[in-house]
Amino acid sequence: MLTGRVLVAGEGQGPFMRLDQAISFWGGVDPVSGTISDPRHANHGESISGTVLAISSTVGSSSSSAIMLELLREGTAPAAILLGEADAILSLGVIVAQELGYAGIPILEVPVAQMMGFQQGVPVSVGPEGTVTQAGS
Amino acid sequence: MTLELTTHERQLFAGSRGDATAMAMRILASAAELVGASELVEISSAHIDGCLHHGDGGVEFAERLAKGGGRVAVDTTLNVGALDLLHPDKVRAGAHKTDMARRQMEAYVRMGAEPTFTCAPYQIGHLPGMGEQVAWGESNAIAFVNSVLGARTERYGDFLDACCALTGRAPLHGLHKEENRAATVVVDASLVPSGLKGQDVFYPVLGTWLGLEVGRDIAAIIGLPTTVTRDQLKALGAAAASTGAVALFHVVGVTPEAPTLEAATRGQAPTQTITLTGDMLRTSLARLSTADVAAGIDAVAVGSPHFSISEFEDLKRLLNGRHMAVPFYVCTARGTLLALEEQGDAEILRDARIDIIVDTCVVVTPILPESGGVLMTNSGKFAHYGPANTGYEVLYGSLEDCVDSAVAGRVVSSREVWTW
Repeated sequence: MLTGRVLVAGEGQGPFMRLDQAISFWGGVDPVSGTISDPRHANHGESISGTVLAISSTVGSSSSSAIMLELLREGTAPAAILLGEADAILSLGVIVAQELGYAGIPILEVPVAQMMGFQQGVPVSVGPEGTVTQAGS
Repeated sequence: MTLELTTHERQLFAGSRGDATAMAMRILASAAELVGASELVEISSAHIDGCLHHGDGGVEFAERLAKGGGRVAVDTTLNVGALDLLHPDKVRAGAHKTDMARRQMEAYVRMGAEPTFTCAPYQIGHLPGMGEQVAWGESNAIAFVNSVLGARTERYGDFLDACCALTGRAPLHGLHKEENRAATVVVDASLVPSGLKGQDVFYPVLGTWLGLEVGRDIAAIIGLPTTVTRDQLKALGAAAASTGAVALFHVVGVTPEAPTLEAATRGQAPTQTITLTGDMLRTSLARLSTADVAAGIDAVAVGSPHFSISEFEDLKRLLNGRHMAVPFYVCTARGTLLALEEQGDAEILRDARIDIIVDTCVVVTPILPESGGVLMTNSGKFAHYGPANTGYEVLYGSLEDCVDSAVAGRVVSSREVWTW
């Protein structure tokens, strides 16, 4: 178990999915299908829906807030996001979605080294205080 | 860090100016806490980037604010949308997307924003002064307002830009603060031949290099001519903001915070000094083209950032009565088009088979012919985003090369200027 810094509070569970390559949600994630749509990305074609998504860093297009909102409106968002570096842009998309009445997801800042301790694909729970627990670890 | 609000800000939070402003204040306060700001700063203008349709959530957000009685609290301009509202048949979009894109643009106008729909509000009279606090979105406009005008903004984008406009406030952090505006990297352009530095085609290449190599650090560029034009600085900033997160650069002897190198660095020793070489620039130049010169061209697009009146004058002069043999698009502000129409120049350009696009641009919405192929441009930003956003391969050249190629229907390219 570890405790991350809470950027957006909430709870979520899902299979752990760590992206080792930086991603821009704008131009990189298709909100209708919830899949990685950037053909140059190593995880191209994979779904992020319902996962506890760990990203070492994001590429800072400010339009990524809009894509985060779309993911939450479409029901294709991850269950939680762990960020290696705090990112106000994705968090802002969640805050706006909550203002509009959609369910949000937790976003935590977690050091990249600690993300490495989790098994890909194995379920992870994020708690309201920023705790991250993986079954069997 | 806890965010401290003034009495007025607490009243906005509590709904003194209605539900929409209260919602904007809640989002703004959350964003301020996320970036660690301890207070907000009063702003004098906003430029909203959030009227481009990325999905229906953007429409829902804007309409929620408009229905909640939202009114902008400061002078507010609007960035491009996904439609040319004056020439609706220019954009290929289905009925649903067209309707939603229009609703998104109109919601911001209902809230009192000026329907400028341009990425270059600084070309149509919106020129904040040195030291003025503003909240601007759109990466090229951010770079321009910070660097060329010396006003102060952070990088604002979807949602937060509108929240700043409605509340008249922004989180006090980053480039809003004097201590974060000093150059830390010196870029020395003195070895670059003055013949090249005098030409427009140099600046997007320099910007591309700056974004890739200097990125988020703040550069002080030395060795540029004091005659560098605003259009050239615009092109430099737009390219730099496309390849890196450049929001501020200084040009010593030219930009307002850099009368001297010492002023630009605020007297601190730079962490790095880089001398520009021909190889560095030629590498950046090569990056701006994905197509082979021999491949021919299928279309030309210029005007990213939006074309200025002086760029239209250059275009008219280069055209010299000739006609385009391939589709040629110029993206500009509706305000600039109006001025062109009054001068009679719009008719001359249309007679030469030039398509003038307003309110939007060819890389954010489907305008270019569906057949695809090679797009030639003089814009570093179009060259950067063109392949991913339009499916076209790109070929970078000067405005003169673009015009000559479009007239000839084949690539005319003068590259000797890059050899020294």
